[in-house]
Amino acid sequence: MDIFAQQVLNGLVLGSVYALVALGYTMVYGILGLINFAHGEVVMIGAMIALAVVSALLSVFPEMSPFLMIALAGTAAILVCMSLAFFIERLAYRPLRNAPRLAPLITAIGISILLQNIAMIIWGRKYKTVPQIFPTETFELFGANITSVQIFIITVSALLMAGLLVIVHFTKLGRAMRATSESQRVAGLMGINVNKIISVTFMIGAGLAAVAGILIAGNYSVAHYSMGFMLGLKAFTAAVLGGIGNLGGAVLGGLLLGLIESIGAGYIGDLTGGFLGSHYQDVFAFVVLIVVLVFRPTGIMGERVSERA
Amino acid sequence: MSFLETRLLGVRYGGIRAVRDIDIKVEEGETVALIGANGAGKSSMLNAIAGVLPHTGKIYFNNADLTNKPVFDRVKLGISMVPEGRGVFGRLTVEENLLMGAYLGNSQQDQDADLKQMYEFFPRLKERRGQTGGTLSGGEQQMLAIARALMSRPKLLLLDEPSMGLAPIMVEKIFEVIRGVSKTGVTILLVEQNARLALESSERAYVMESGELSITGESSELLHSPKIRSSYLGEGD
Repeated sequence: MDIFAQQVLNGLVLGSVYALVALGYTMVYGILGLINFAHGEVVMIGAMIALAVVSALLSVFPEMSPFLMIALAGTAAILVCMSLAFFIERLAYRPLRNAPRLAPLITAIGISILLQNIAMIIWGRKYKTVPQIFPTETFELFGANITSVQIFIITVSALLMAGLLVIVHFTKLGRAMRATSESQRVAGLMGINVNKIISVTFMIGAGLAAVAGILIAGNYSVAHYSMGFMLGLKAFTAAVLGGIGNLGGAVLGGLLLGLIESIGAGYIGDLTGGFLGSHYQDVFAFVVLIVVLVFRPTGIMGERVSERA
Repeated sequence: MSFLETRLLGVRYGGIRAVRDIDIKVEEGETVALIGANGAGKSSMLNAIAGVLPHTGKIYFNNADLTNKPVFDRVKLGISMVPEGRGVFGRLTVEENLLMGAYLGNSQQDQDADLKQMYEFFPRLKERRGQTGGTLSGGEQQMLAIARALMSRPKLLLLDEPSMGLAPIMVEKIFEVIRGVSKTGVTILLVEQNARLALESSERAYVMESGELSITGESSELLHSPKIRSSYLGEGD
């Protein structure tokens, strides 16, 4: 087994989940200029709902096809997360639309803490094991081992990202979203119901987050009420790395961050002579965040479009 | 009731009353100019009618009370505004900008026909249909903004300072377009600092001063009124 190839593969798997979550951050930022720090918790809620549905189905219909099971669990998680995001925007952020920027930001952190604690009350403090409903098979690819779960993660993420890009760039809804993100005032003059577009944006981001939650829980086989926190921060880092507000940037940033983390964790032990182990994996995301913010705050693909007068 | 009517229309910015209880009337098919000095409240007035600014008083349009209607509902009723500074979507292509204008639009066929008509009207936009709006010159952006507003097939077109920031030759062209639009039967309410141009392109005019109406009348008469000539057309007695 080629270790480097294996780290690249693991990085891509992790990175595609980061990318899904980063898209939610970047879409909301693009349209409202708001960093929705509660987004990571939406990922966690998605994982928890799906887990609850799968557990219930397993106990009632143990013979059910795993694909049907995951489809039902996924649908439930997506619907719950979309409604959750709708109400978060409607009740917490919309009243603060014209408030100083710090107010919605602090509110977002508040919602994040609130959701974590609600999840803790409902699902408890213990790590929950995700049942293996798929038979895990391992294949070899370019000298690396890839499991069926990893193939599933990459495929689902790629399809969703492609779907989102198609919606944003080639549909009427997508045009309205892009117009709203440029100027809410002018978008309104086009007859766009700006509040509706903002709600839809939150809900699309939450749908992606729900799927990301399921994928990440499937990847690590555990779920926990605090799992969204670190994941959210990393996805935010990915969005900043790619250029916040830029969809392509979020995908690129997510994949890059996954690779950096995975390769970094794979070699940090050798590089520091065993002083730092692979559990320092989380350090990389934040080193990246600091470096980007210092040297290129607009990220890789983020640039100001000059509008000539 | 007139086609467009405001009653005691007022706009406030904090403690400042930008528009003070103004009544204006615009009949169907008319082109009416709203002129006055910088800060007289002309743009506020237009923004209130479009629904972008909160206001007091009443606005009636085509027998409907607009007072509490959000901006997108007013677009639905047939009001379209070309905002000050043009408001072109810089990251959308020219064609996407035009399609935004038809957001509430009719059928696909109507939309295609309108698009074709706009490209005939503004060949320059056709040449640049794939370019992003931000790469256009000021005059091209103004044409795009007007064409985009027309894509919604408005009954009332609100134009906010269409000459602003444009080279004189471009200004001529834009006003030619505006007069052309007026000939197609669209009612126009025009806010313009260039008073001569505004009076030459309209049938009636209201003159605003510090949030209030000072003079109203036929544009052709106002063009020759001594007071207008000295205050707004830069001509001494």
